[in-house]
Amino acid sequence: MDSSKLLGITTFIYMFSSVIYLGMFIFRVKKIGLLATVVTIIGLLVNTAGIGMRWLESYQMGIGHAPLSNMYESLVFFAWSIVLLYIIIEFVYKNKIIGAFAVPFAFASMAYASLSPEFSDRINPLVPALQSNWLIAHVFTCFIGYAAFAVACGTGIMYLVKLRDKGESPDGLLSTLPPLKVIDDITHKIILFGFIWLSAGIISGAVWANSAWGTYWSWDPKETWSLITWFIYASALHARFTRGWGGKRIAWISIIGFLAVIFTYYGVNFLLSGLHSYGAS
Amino acid sequence: MKKNKNTFWEFFASVKLALFCFFTLAIASIVGTIIPQNEAPSFYLQKYGVKAAEVFRLLNIPDMYNSWWFVSLLSLFSINLIVCSIDRLPTVWKMVTMDNLATKVGRLEKMTPRQQFGSPKPMQEVVAEVEQTLSDAGWKPSRRERDGGTLLFSQKTPWVRFGVYIVHLSILVIFAGAIIGTLFGAKGSIMVREKSIVPYYYDRGSQMQVPLGFDLRVNDFSLTYYDTGAPKEFRSDLTVIENGQEVLNKSIVVNDPLNYKGFTFYQSSYQAYDEYWITVQNQNSGERKTFLARPGTEIKWREAGVTLGIVNLMQPDRWGRYRLKIWFSDGKGEPSVFWLDGETLVSVERLDGAFAFKSEQLFATGLQIAKDPGVWPVYIGCTMMLLGLIIAFFLSHKRVWVYIYDEENKTKLLVAGSANKNKVGFESMYDTLVEKLEENETLQLSKV
Ligand code: HEM
Repeated sequence: MDSSKLLGITTFIYMFSSVIYLGMFIFRVKKIGLLATVVTIIGLLVNTAGIGMRWLESYQMGIGHAPLSNMYESLVFFAWSIVLLYIIIEFVYKNKIIGAFAVPFAFASMAYASLSPEFSDRINPLVPALQSNWLIAHVFTCFIGYAAFAVACGTGIMYLVKLRDKGESPDGLLSTLPPLKVIDDITHKIILFGFIWLSAGIISGAVWANSAWGTYWSWDPKETWSLITWFIYASALHARFTRGWGGKRIAWISIIGFLAVIFTYYGVNFLLSGLHSYGAS
Repeated sequence: MKKNKNTFWEFFASVKLALFCFFTLAIASIVGTIIPQNEAPSFYLQKYGVKAAEVFRLLNIPDMYNSWWFVSLLSLFSINLIVCSIDRLPTVWKMVTMDNLATKVGRLEKMTPRQQFGSPKPMQEVVAEVEQTLSDAGWKPSRRERDGGTLLFSQKTPWVRFGVYIVHLSILVIFAGAIIGTLFGAKGSIMVREKSIVPYYYDRGSQMQVPLGFDLRVNDFSLTYYDTGAPKEFRSDLTVIENGQEVLNKSIVVNDPLNYKGFTFYQSSYQAYDEYWITVQNQNSGERKTFLARPGTEIKWREAGVTLGIVNLMQPDRWGRYRLKIWFSDGKGEPSVFWLDGETLVSVERLDGAFAFKSEQLFATGLQIAKDPGVWPVYIGCTMMLLGLIIAFFLSHKRVWVYIYDEENKTKLLVAGSANKNKVGFESMYDTLVEKLEENETLQLSKV
């Protein structure tokens, strides 16, 4: 079993898991909840094995490096972080409906990594600039942050969906969603969590740049976009903490913030140019 | 601090201004990611036309992040941060250092979580027992006689209220580091051929030669490849020479620079030349010498009576492999003509004994030079920021009071708690503590 196969299977499991969670939400069949959780955990394990295997394979090829070195590998890690984070949230909040809004992101990421012709799943040797532990720390921290923001975007959408629940039918579709206050609280907490990781990601990136080029900050488009994203979430924190913003506005910021994340991660590589264009391989 | 708050002060202390700064900084930053930065004026003329280029010049768009208006925005942001912190710190200071044993009983009666109990035991005994139980549970209380009763109080991590201010201060520390770097730092680069010495570098902005204050010798540059032909490693072997003395030797690669006297030398690029180092060794005498040879020119090693030259070559392929055809004569017998593969040792038999040959391509290494005394403040600021964020987000200031008093000859207890964050988490902590009190058989608590 090689890593591409394992990761291919992961994509299917995440698809299956997304379908069950969505089915559970849309058709209100609570019974399949356990199945959804089990499938998702299996997906996470296969995903983990796939990443581990890929790591091993790179060593067997004699070019050993952590599997966090290009777009393909980072998308796979992104999916892994989303699912891990989601599973933790499911256990903490004992609510499975969030899965319908979180796991599809992991599936999308895996599907995009495997199907898109721009990315190759070949294991490539690292060019000199990428041979740094700071780079690994950088990608690791950034993507945990991005994963948190993906989940926060999911719960933000969930909030906006729930808003349309006028409480008319006690067993309507939307009544299965957690109360607004709870969704709002979850979104906020995940944003805090993501903000720390994004901060750590920007910082480790700066340290890496300094060790490779002697400049910790050069305003290249990717750096700048990560800072813009950081500002968006910082404004969410302040608006909430000091001006009492919550609910709908924070839900929208979580969506806008995640769009900025996607642009930082994806858009910059393909639409703008900069030091980070290595990721396009 | 300022108590007579005027609107001017309030404006700079407001979070509204902070939100404005976040928003405008984010929007403004986008401009510089779309319009390429630091290109020649002609670039903007060609790409955007005369009018746009003129507007760009006025607004300093080509170097946007250093423009007067962007820097002003950053300054406004810093002032906002400073004023806001000064404005609020006294309140936070009060919260951290306040005398919680002076809290009015009336306030305790309004707190959540809060519970009332009664106990058949005399007050003194209850106080001692509750004190013990709290201590055992990790909430060592202080106490004061109050209004005919006894108030016990215990708190955890009051200082976490400063967490946010550590984050805010960290941003100022990072800015300070950046300013120090701009004022006292230097950036430059230099291209140095192997086996040569440089005492200066070229400044990035002015392109002027700037003395290093010491000499730097490049002993060797080497380039290795993966099987795929992708570069694996750029390595320069450097020696620092000061007053004719070799003081430091280091081989640098891309992520591992050389530091000396505040300067850092980074491996950044290289250049390959159509010239080759050829080392010749007389295997009888052991004498050897290295020459720099250009194809088609003759080299004489007079002491050894030897002449040689490169008469043909196969250029380096994408793995850097090349071959040289060497013409060699030691004046005895026919000259030898043979192929010498790059970086391999070849031995040639002559009438008087053998000669060994080895070649290496000539490179120049491109070094990036940086001097940035602001890096440490920036790193300290970054560390503060992460610590501050963890404190601000995950820790809370938790307080517990127990007021024990006498009411119609019965002992009563009022247990109250408060936390500034994560109230749900605190309530379960509070519940555990109350359970411990209820389980205490000496107290024999009953709910009131
Ligand atoms: C990029 C810059 C900034 C960062 C990263 C930052 C970070 C933070 C964080 C993490 C919190 C805690 C929020 C929470 O606990 O949920 C906070 C609170 C706060 N921030 Fe900032 N901040 C920044 C800039 C500013 C500025 C410019 C102001 C100026 C007014 C400001 C004013 C405040 C205030 C008033 C609070 C509430 C503090 C309290 O009373 O506990 N912040 N900030």
